Amino acid sequence: MAKIKYIEFNGTEHEADVANGLSVMEGAIQNDIPGIEADCGGGMSCATCHVYINDVEWFKKLPEKEMGEDDMLDQAFEPKSNSRLSCQLIVSDDLDGLTVHMPEKQV
Amino acid sequence: MIKTDVVIIGAGPTGLFCAHQLGIIGLKCEIVDNLDKIGGQCIELYPDKPIYDIPAVPKCTGEELTNNLIEQIKPFNFNFHLSDRVQELKNENNKWLVKTLNGKEFETPNIVIAGGVGSFEPRKFPTKSAEKYDGKSVLYSIKDKTIFKDKSVVIFGGGDSALDWAIELSNSSKVTLVHRRDEFRGAPSSVQKIKELSDNKTIDLITKYSIKDVKGNGSLESVEIKSESGESKVIKADYVLGFFGLIMQLGPIAEWGLNLDKKTIPVNTENFETNKKGIFAIGDICTYPGKLKLILSGFHEGALAARGCFKYARPDEKYRFEFTTASSTIKDRLGVKE
Repeated sequence: MAKIKYIEFNGTEHEADVANGLSVMEGAIQNDIPGIEADCGGGMSCATCHVYINDVEWFKKLPEKEMGEDDMLDQAFEPKSNSRLSCQLIVSDDLDGLTVHMPEKQV
Repeated sequence: MIKTDVVIIGAGPTGLFCAHQLGIIGLKCEIVDNLDKIGGQCIELYPDKPIYDIPAVPKCTGEELTNNLIEQIKPFNFNFHLSDRVQELKNENNKWLVKTLNGKEFETPNIVIAGGVGSFEPRKFPTKSAEKYDGKSVLYSIKDKTIFKDKSVVIFGGGDSALDWAIELSNSSKVTLVHRRDEFRGAPSSVQKIKELSDNKTIDLITKYSIKDVKGNGSLESVEIKSESGESKVIKADYVLGFFGLIMQLGPIAEWGLNLDKKTIPVNTENFETNKKGIFAIGDICTYPGKLKLILSGFHEGALAARGCFKYARPDEKYRFEFTTASSTIKDRLGVKE
């Protein structure tokens, strides 16, 4: 279980307890947190669960991107070097306290 | 005006198998899809990725699945209307009048929406100023490449479309290729070619930059790009091309008076009809308690929706359930000779 903070582009904050094994994307969807769309349902084929990890230490601590994630991020709305696809961030106790920022829009 | 029993919106696996079920029970259908090819997400998003959860098919790619479904409905000779989109629905005397973007018209008692997550459209530049030039000098696809001859063209993107067009247009235009990072997702041979063209100064290659603004006075004059650390550059541009892949938009479906739950359409699980009589929704676009976004669920939904269509297409006939193994009527429809 990890407490994840989701911050919308307009600054609205949401916090959710997300069970281990779910993705950060699923944590948002299951808790009706707006700002993450996840059109493809977690298949790494749509780039609509895009988030920014603004904290540099947290960004380094996350599991590395697998092949294809950066390719998909090329197709996201305003990707940056601290961008991740939240469907690829699998929750474990290690992610407790993670904060993700949502982009202005997903599509 | 084309009269038919069913108009299917979406030529993905769910729409294709629903067409098969309609053919089996003796109904006609017309299939409309926004993409220029058959197969929906399977062909657009993951043609080469193996799928492992199609019943009785241990492993197949999106492309193989699509080809098999096309083969399976071949006996029925249904018409496909590709690169077109259903725009308007109107109900008249219990019939739906359907109009497409390209001006086609259908009259039908049934519409099956098998639209996935909506229609695929190119992702556009986030900059507001680019909208003014959209379709004129800011483009997301190329229909006529001769317009770029001897012009300054700035291309954004790192995939095959961006690389292929940068290579192609470098023969007759001044090309600048801008990408947000150093790695490219295009084919290795294209990446190699781009590096050669950049080394011998045929094209300008700028990485770790993205678009900031487009500028012009009536016609487009330049594009400003920015790095993440805040540096910016201005490049002369007659045309700006963006290739960021496709996104899915619900589009006109949202305007047909259907109940919507976020981007999905609630249906009953008896025949997958929506709140509108004669409009059914199947596959990823429909929702009901327990809905799974699996291709196999779409097949099931399509089979039941087809029976729902029968009621409105043949109001004076009673639908009779038959097995393909035993029914000579079905075998005739399939053109099976024994």
